[in-house]
Amino acid sequence: MNLTLKIWRQKDAKSKGSMVNYPISGIEDDMSFLEMMDVLNEELINKGEEPVVFDHDCREGICGSCSLQINGQPHGPDRLITACQLHMRSFKDGDTIFIEPFRAKAFPVIKDLMIDRSAFDRIQQAGGYISVNTSGNTVDANAIPIEKENADDSFAAATCIGCGACVAACKNASAMLFTSAKVSQFALLPQGQVEATDRVMAMVNQMDEEGFGNCTNTGACEIECPKGISLENIARMNREYLAASLKG
Amino acid sequence: MGGLIKSSIARKVAMALSGLFLVFFLLQHFSINFTSVFSPETFNELSHFMGTNPVVQFALQPVLIFAVIFHFVMGFILELQNNKARAVKYAKYNGGANAPWVSRNMIYSGLVVLAFLGLHFYDFWVPEMVYKYVEFAPEDPTRYYSELLHRFESPIRTGLYVVSFVFLALHLWHGFASSFQSVGFNNKYSVAATKFAKAFSIAIPLGFVVIALVLHFNH
Repeated sequence: MNLTLKIWRQKDAKSKGSMVNYPISGIEDDMSFLEMMDVLNEELINKGEEPVVFDHDCREGICGSCSLQINGQPHGPDRLITACQLHMRSFKDGDTIFIEPFRAKAFPVIKDLMIDRSAFDRIQQAGGYISVNTSGNTVDANAIPIEKENADDSFAAATCIGCGACVAACKNASAMLFTSAKVSQFALLPQGQVEATDRVMAMVNQMDEEGFGNCTNTGACEIECPKGISLENIARMNREYLAASLKG
Repeated sequence: MGGLIKSSIARKVAMALSGLFLVFFLLQHFSINFTSVFSPETFNELSHFMGTNPVVQFALQPVLIFAVIFHFVMGFILELQNNKARAVKYAKYNGGANAPWVSRNMIYSGLVVLAFLGLHFYDFWVPEMVYKYVEFAPEDPTRYYSELLHRFESPIRTGLYVVSFVFLALHLWHGFASSFQSVGFNNKYSVAATKFAKAFSIAIPLGFVVIALVLHFNH
């Protein structure tokens, strides 16, 4: 398969980047997208050029590192996968493929396709936890009965890997789906109730401070999420936030 | 409460609530206007009541004007903030792959509706205010239908109204249904609520189109 890659190249956070064309040949259908990037980088290194920097780690859809906007969609054209799970059989010979970093003011580019997603860490640190006494008196979580439906919904919310595809897909670069998943995974459990008010206020405030856009309910985030995180979480967070605000 | 005013969620809820209020007003406006199609007398009676009742004139009308201004000013503010949130745009953005056109272009359908409101105020509200509060003309309870017919005499004016109603339908198609999600309503009844909102979004603007065309061809 012969392809033309249009890749965002940016020397560092302060430099101005641009799209650069790279023709590539000999790509096989069974290669993953990141393997194709590896082939390109080997070619670039052999020619004495700077390889393209991109995030990757587990390469099996768990870590959420591979933050690539491929042909205008986060993680490429397929559903419920990360970029590392995308295979070259999704493309055809002669295609031109645009490869860009996830774009958001809150996700500044570090270099080429690598972005700084520490804004998500700060949202999580603001309240995405429960305070548990771990000094020897810790109560077994399974000792508290939880409705099956709530346990399932909480687990589904907790499958969010924080990849940032929701932000990348949203026309407003909103982080509502990520934040709502992290709020919901605790809001649905009895262990999360004690700090529920403070949690939702702190996490939403941090989300706003990071400079993400406003949610306008386009639903693009849910469609592009590799873990299928539901918009129900956003509605739940809205309810939690309003209730917490009215409490003061 | 301070956080409520500053937060993105509060702004989203405020947009939804002002939008829901305007949807309710639209239904009321349509109900009265629709009587003009089959009973000019009924239309005159209802219009006379709305035009002279002090609660409608001095309590509900200012609330309505505030809701309209709030909704579009907040819409502009949100659009500016959202543009800032992605300063560097994508070289290729395939928005159609994951969200319908109407949901991604509310600002444009909203701008057309806003322009239409300017025309609509110029056609009806401004002359009404001049008639009542500038000229202090004596109230004639039978004048409303003939004034209405006169406004829809021009085919260009009627065409502009019809096109505006199409954009109103597009704006409502996303706005009405998504307002439920904004206020936190997403449960087993959401599918039915969304279907109702989508049906409303087509039926009411279509009804306004019918009224405009009937008045135009009845003239």
